[in-house]
Order: sequence, then C-alpha cells, then structure tokens
Amino acid sequence: MSTNLGMPAVAPPGVGHLRGTQSFPDAARGALADSQLRRNLGHATRVIRTKRASVVAELPDWEQLRLAGEALKTATMARLDEHLERLEREVTARGGVVHWARDANDANAIVTRLVQETGETEVVKVKSMATQEIGLNEALEAAGIAAHETDLAELIVQLGHDQPSHILVPAIHRNRAEIREIFLREMPGVDPALTSEPRRLAMAARAFLRERFLRAKVAISGANFGVADTGTLLVVESEGNGRMCLTLPETLITVMGIEKVVPTWQDLEVFLQLLPRSSTGERMNPYTSAWTGVTPGDGPQTFHLVLLDNGRTATLADEVGRAALHCIRCSACLNVCPVYERTGGHAYGSVYPGPIGAVLSPQLTGVEDNASLPYASSLCGACFDACPVRIDIPSLLVRLRAQHVDAQRARSVPSAEALSMAAASWLMSSPGRFAAAEKASRLGRLLGRSAGRISTLPPPLSAWTGSRDAPRPPAETFREWWARERGTS
Amino acid sequence: MSAREDVLARIREANRGAGAPPPPDVPRDYHRSGDHPPGAPEVLALFRDRLVDYKATVIDAPADGVPAAIRGALAQLTGPVVVPPGLPDDWVPGAVVDGADGVGTLSPADLDASAAVVTACAAACATTGTIALDGSPDQGRRALTLVPDVHVCVVRADQVVQTVPELVAALHPPHPITFISGPSATSDIELERVEGVHGPRTLIVVLTDAPTTSA
Amino acid sequence: MRIALFVTCLADALYPQVGRATVTLLERLGHEVVFPAAQTCCGQMHVNTGYQREALPLVRHHVEVFEPYDVIVAPSGSCVGSVRHQHAMVARGGGDGALAERAERVGARTYELSELLVDVLGVEDVGAYYPHRVTYHPTCHSLRMLRVGDKPLRLLRHVRGMTLLELPEAEQCCGFGGTFAIKNADTSTAMLADKMRNVLDTGAEVTTAGDASCLMHIGGGLSRLRSGTRTVHLAEILAGTEVGATTELASETLAPRQLDAPAEHTVGEQRVEFASESSTQRLREAQPTERSEGER
Repeated sequence: MSTNLGMPAVAPPGVGHLRGTQSFPDAARGALADSQLRRNLGHATRVIRTKRASVVAELPDWEQLRLAGEALKTATMARLDEHLERLEREVTARGGVVHWARDANDANAIVTRLVQETGETEVVKVKSMATQEIGLNEALEAAGIAAHETDLAELIVQLGHDQPSHILVPAIHRNRAEIREIFLREMPGVDPALTSEPRRLAMAARAFLRERFLRAKVAISGANFGVADTGTLLVVESEGNGRMCLTLPETLITVMGIEKVVPTWQDLEVFLQLLPRSSTGERMNPYTSAWTGVTPGDGPQTFHLVLLDNGRTATLADEVGRAALHCIRCSACLNVCPVYERTGGHAYGSVYPGPIGAVLSPQLTGVEDNASLPYASSLCGACFDACPVRIDIPSLLVRLRAQHVDAQRARSVPSAEALSMAAASWLMSSPGRFAAAEKASRLGRLLGRSAGRISTLPPPLSAWTGSRDAPRPPAETFREWWARERGTS
Repeated sequence: MSAREDVLARIREANRGAGAPPPPDVPRDYHRSGDHPPGAPEVLALFRDRLVDYKATVIDAPADGVPAAIRGALAQLTGPVVVPPGLPDDWVPGAVVDGADGVGTLSPADLDASAAVVTACAAACATTGTIALDGSPDQGRRALTLVPDVHVCVVRADQVVQTVPELVAALHPPHPITFISGPSATSDIELERVEGVHGPRTLIVVLTDAPTTSA
Repeated sequence: MRIALFVTCLADALYPQVGRATVTLLERLGHEVVFPAAQTCCGQMHVNTGYQREALPLVRHHVEVFEPYDVIVAPSGSCVGSVRHQHAMVARGGGDGALAERAERVGARTYELSELLVDVLGVEDVGAYYPHRVTYHPTCHSLRMLRVGDKPLRLLRHVRGMTLLELPEAEQCCGFGGTFAIKNADTSTAMLADKMRNVLDTGAEVTTAGDASCLMHIGGGLSRLRSGTRTVHLAEILAGTEVGATTELASETLAPRQLDAPAEHTVGEQRVEFASESSTQRLREAQPTERSEGER
C-alpha cells in the first residue's frame, strides 16, 4: 500500500491479526451455537467480574484514580512525540537500542533480523498483544525461527493451533478437559496419567517450559508501560514466565506500541493500582518487572526496544477516537460486556476483542476493513463503567458507525438502510408527516388481529420476529388520544 | 525519511489534525500517602493480612531474631540455599553465595538445583501485600530470586509503607525493580487460581523490627 | 408545576398507554401537563445507527419544539439520554454550534420520569396501588447514561399492594440496543434469553422498566414463549390506583399481555388506565378492533 510520508497511516492488510475473515454477525452465529464455549465464557467472565468488583470496592479513591488515569493518558497523547523521544534517549543512555517501526512489516523485519544476528533459531516469548497484532510468530517461523509462547494460556493456544480469544486469558474459551486433551496430544514428554485438575495442568506446563527457559538465549516481550523520564520498561504478569524471559536470556527484544509510553516513573502510582484490580481482580498481580536498558551483571546484556505505530497514528488523528489509545489492556470491558460474554473473542476477528477491540481494531485498520465491529454492541455502557481509564467506548462506537455510514455514502447506490433512515428523518422532522406515517402504520393492526401480537414480519424486520413477537399498533396513538381528550395544546 | 522521523512526523500531524489538544492537568487527589507512617502497627497488620490472603507465609521476628526465623523457614528443606553477596553473614550460615562484586557466579542450572533463596528487600506495600526488590547487594540479581522454588524474604518493619504511591516513590530506576505479591500464580484455566507456576512456588516473608526503633 | 410531555415516538405510535399513564400520574399529583403537538422523535435511532447527518434535522426540530418549556419529562431513559448526551454532539458534528448550545439547555431541563418525580417534584410515594408481583429491570441508559440509580425502585417500594421481586443479574442488558436487535439478531436473542430466564426465575407476573423500547424487546420474547409474564411500563404502575384496580382483582389471570393498547373505562371520576388482562380481553371481545378503528 502506498503511504504518504509523515502522514498518519492505518495498519497494512495481509500481515498480522487485526482483520477477520467474516463479519461479526456471521462469526458470532457459530460461537453462539457452541454450548461448550457459552458455558466456558459465562463461567469465566462471571468469576472475574465478581473478583474485580470486590477489589475495586476496597479502594475509596477508585474514581479519583480513574480520573487521574484518564488525564494522564490524554496528556501523554497530546505530547506523544516528546515522550517517545525522551524514552528513546533514556533507553539509549542505559545501553539499550531503540528501533522504530511504521507498521507490522517493519517490526517483523526488525525483530527477525535481530534474532538472526544472534545466530539463534528459537526464542521464548512473554505474552504480548503487540506481537500477536503484527503476526510476529508467523514472520519468525517463515524465517526458520521457532517462537515458544510461555504464558500458560498462550501455550494452550499455541499447542492447540488455536487463536487467543481474550486479552488477559487467551484460552478463556477452553475448559480443563479440553486443555488436558491438548496437552496429552501436543506436549512432548507429558505424563499420560495427566488429570484435568488445574493444578496438575499448570504443573505440567511448568515442567515442560522450565527447560526451555533455562536454555533460552533470546526472549521477546511486549511492554505494559514504557516510562519516558527514566527509560524504564515494565511487564505486569502473574506466572513468572515473564520474569524468566526478561531475566535469563542474553538478548531481550521488546515490542511496544507507541501509545504505551507514560511520562514519569511517578505516574506508575496510578496505573499499578488501576491495572491489576481491573485486569485479574487482584490488589496486585504476583510479579511486575521493571528494567532500564542493560544492567551489568543482571539480566540480558543486549536489549532492543521496537516502537510500533501500525495504525496508532491514524487512530490518534481522530479527536474522539484517539481515546481508544488510552487502553491499558486490562480486559475489564470484555468481562462485563454482554456481547463478549456470549460470542467470545474469536467472533471479533482481531487480537483485540470485546468492546475495546470494537473501537480499536477498526481505527487501526480503517473502519471499512472492520465495518461490522462498531455495531457489535447494544451500547449498554457497562464497558465505560468498568474502564479504569474511562474510555467512553459507547460514544466511540457511535462515532465509528457514523464514519462507516459516511464512507458508504460515496456508493452510487444507497443501501436499503440508508434509504429508510433518510425517509424516517424526512418523516420525523415534520409533525404532519409523522402523524400521517403513524396512521399508515396502523395497517399493521391487520397483521395481529386474532392474537394481539405479530409473530412474523418481512425482512429486515424478520430478524426481530425470528425470536420476539412485535407489538400490534394500537387503535389510537397518544397524540390522537390527546387531541380527542384535550384538544390541541 | 527514516522510520523514526516518519513515525514522529505522523504523530505531530495526527495531533495537529485532532486540533492540537493541550495536555490537561492531572488531578492527583487520590490517596498519595497512607493514614499511618511506614512500619506503624496498623500498616504491619494490613501487610500480614494481605500476604496471607495471597498465599504467602509470614514469620514475625525481633530485630535480633532474623537468623532463627530464617532457620525455621528453611527447616523442612534439603539442598543448597543460595544468598546474594550482600546479605548479613550471620543470617544463613553455610549458604551458597552468588558471587561477589555484583557479578553472579551461579548458572541457571545451579539456581535450579538449589532449594531456596534468602534475600532482604528494598521496600514493601501493605495495601497490596507487595515486596519490592531493586538488585541491591542484599537482594542480588534478578535470576537469584526467580529460579529457586522457595524465596525467603526479610522485610524490615520500617520498609513497609501503606500505599502504592509511597511504594513507587521509594524505588528508583535504573535499578532493575521486581514487585512481588505472593507466590507466582495463574488463573488461566477456568479462572481457577493455582499458586506456584514458574516463579518460586513458596514465598515466606520474615517480618522483623527495625534495628533501631524510633517509634 | 407546568410540565411538557415528550412522549417519545415509540410510546406515541405503539404504547400510547405509557403516555396516558404519565399524564394521569402527573395530574393526580397536581401538576399541569402540556403536550407540544409538533413533537416527533429525538433521533436516537439515527445517531446510534450512524446516520448523524439525518439526525440533525430531528435535533433541530426537537429543540425548537421544546425550547419554550422549563420542565420537560419523557417516560424513557433512553430518549432522555439521547436528548441530554447526543443532541449537542450531533449539532456540533453538523457544524451548528448555536444549535448545540440550545440543545444543551433543553437537555438540562429534560428529565426521565423517575428523575422528575424524585429530584424535581420531591415525591417518592405517588399514591399508587398495584396488587401484583413485579420485578424491575433497570434499563442500561437509565442506569449508565442518566445514573437514575435506585430512584425507580424507591418509587416502586411505595406502591401499595405490590410485591417487588429482585431480578437476578438485573444490570445486564436485555439485548435490545435499537438496531442492534436487527443487525446482530442472534447475539441479541442470546442476551434476551438470559434476561427472560432471570425474569421467569423471579416468579413475577409483571416486568417493569422505565423504557418502552426495552420492554418491547423483553415483552416480545416473553410473549413468543407464552410465558405468562407481561411487561408494564413504570408509569403505568405508578398511575394505578386502588379505586379502579380493586374491581378487577377477582378476575385476575396470568394470561400473556396483549401488546396492544389496553382498553380504558371509567369508574366514577377516576380514569382507570390499567385494567387487568382478563378484563382487557373481555372488553376487546365486546368491542372488536374494527369498531374502534371505525370510530375515528
């Protein structure tokens, strides 16, 4: 694709995992019919919602923290260039090497080259949304480099030749029995007597990965935060696989979206409270690692930081939509979303599922490449209430819908929906026309004469009557009643 | 135009296109400090409670009782115990010291073969039950507290602050910093929490009085 | 107090009993209700489907119609949410800053019914009587756009004769979401199924809410299942009084509500809006639809 130098650009197609192959309604249909998936998701999201609610209630200043988090992110975006330059300076001063990637292709090429320069043919990976977004594992594989995921859920996904379906719990769609089957089938040297008890499964993963950690020479990670004023990167995790990857290998390559920068070390006092409670529903996650460049005698002695755009600048260019870049990937919005709870993450077709995915993916790719996602919401607003940095996801969804509709206006033949919306606008902007239309709609009374309800309607309203009766128009509208009873006001 | 210049130019153009919104002031009216000073009895009680809630073990020890407390913590273990070079000599007699002058000498396999590691800490936070290590000589390099299966961490009462902002303020990059809140854990299988994955499966905190009590 | 009623297009065209109940209730409380007859629709469906350009004339029309009034009420959290939180945005998006400011002023004077009663009129006991087992669904926009909190429940707790049953997972969306129910009909139906299961688990005969749209959705599902549970708008419950309702108790049944305008009749001086199902059916049998159409 051609891009104008210096102009904000969307993520290129053909690489990475931001675009699905089906529209959301089509993909959701299959997921909704999968009773095992529905049960797994319903259970998992309910558990995590309850945990989150209880630890959030412990903090009397939660709303002040959210407001601070929102303001910090807004302020960061307004000076994003300066913060990134500062980050680069500090990382470089501490012995790290900073690379810039316009998009997934740039980033994959940089990381592949860096791994090749070490002479290694395998790497261990810390769970990272950014590297999934750009399809790094596939790019490495094409270059003959094996990337081993080390997060338990990512391991389940990788061994199961599957795709992650949740930001925090990528294997949320799998239950213990399914995970046991995957391990028995795919994990070399696994104990054939393995049971489906979560502890036994976790210990099997520990044993399987330990040897890989101890021999690994190169690790690849993402970053939850990059602190501009100190040049410090942070990874927030639970299992210790992150610490293993960040500590034992000789070379560490970190891929970080440019929006992950925070201005100062002090700002972490806000985010290290907001993130764990929103994400895993813990007061603090078991492990957070913070490193600054290279520390002699401690950890990797070669450190590369790859700063990734891949559509983020295009998102930043929208004065409202840019708030999607504030996301700290906690996944609280997924867990409270009634749509996500029922369809799961795969239906969104992007590594970023759920409400935040529905506003982030279309902006990273351009809305027409993910046109069904902004509609994958009933606009119930639960996501905004749960968001630790107060991203107004419903408003962003509505804005993206408008952008999609406006993009469609360029079509020479308007859609049936566009025509009906235009007609409704014309009718409803005039009381006379509106009253006449109401009278006409009373013809609908003929449909439900005997039952008092309407059970079938023609398309597109058949989508309604597929599962719900429709109301039969009343004998008298309100305005007719008012005119009859009270005269005109 | 290099990728660096291109990305930076895109950011500037995007901010211009979005109307060059000025950075808002950040309201910091959340709790920046606790109700009690570091090491206050209320803070320590909260710290103990939160550690135990996340499946750590807490042993209280007087200032001169640290070696005995550590001995108690290690009593059930067989195998080498490793320590950082700056740990007080009398805390773990007979321990294997991980090098000197800031250079670790134990290989990952050595660490993997050890039974436990004993360290001090840089700071701790009561509200979240967190201890923080910063690579100082009495804590050692990061691998040391990661690979062994048992981590005994000695926390001085006056190192325990109440809130996360106080904890963050007590720590200073570029030291590598590790925040530890209980033993490693996963909830990746049906959201059921399993303690002990790749990091130490057992975390024992020895909570001791400050050597000179001013309170 | 003089209160302008924004009845909403849905209540006007399909649920006139909701508008009538709002009038009955406010007049019983001693207030004057006016109905600006030029009103049409807030345009929320257009905005939420992406047709902001088409919504602009609706916003302009709404502002012009309601600008003269000091207090405006609508029996819908969703429509009030649109007036209060979307109109100015639509006006600004259309490049009309002056209209946006006017829309903000109108929005600030527009109240959802429970807000008007509790916050503006300072009343929680409206003197209602409703001898039924009722569960309350807090609609998403009432809850999270308007933050009405427990105001509807405070009003309901004062209703005499009523058994209020707690709805499990009450704050979960019913799956309506405007055109979401059409565009993502399968997901919407999955959400509806869970909402209906929770409703039925309460054993309530009536589900109430502050939005006719969500009730149309929940009620449409319950009706399709022939579940024996019906939906009634909050205004209808609050408008009910003992004078009329006691005469209907004896013949109360759990027949599915006919999603039609209930018949009205008068007992003494009191207009009784909400005859029970069986009496509605009896009246309908006595007054065939064709006849009432012919009356106009």
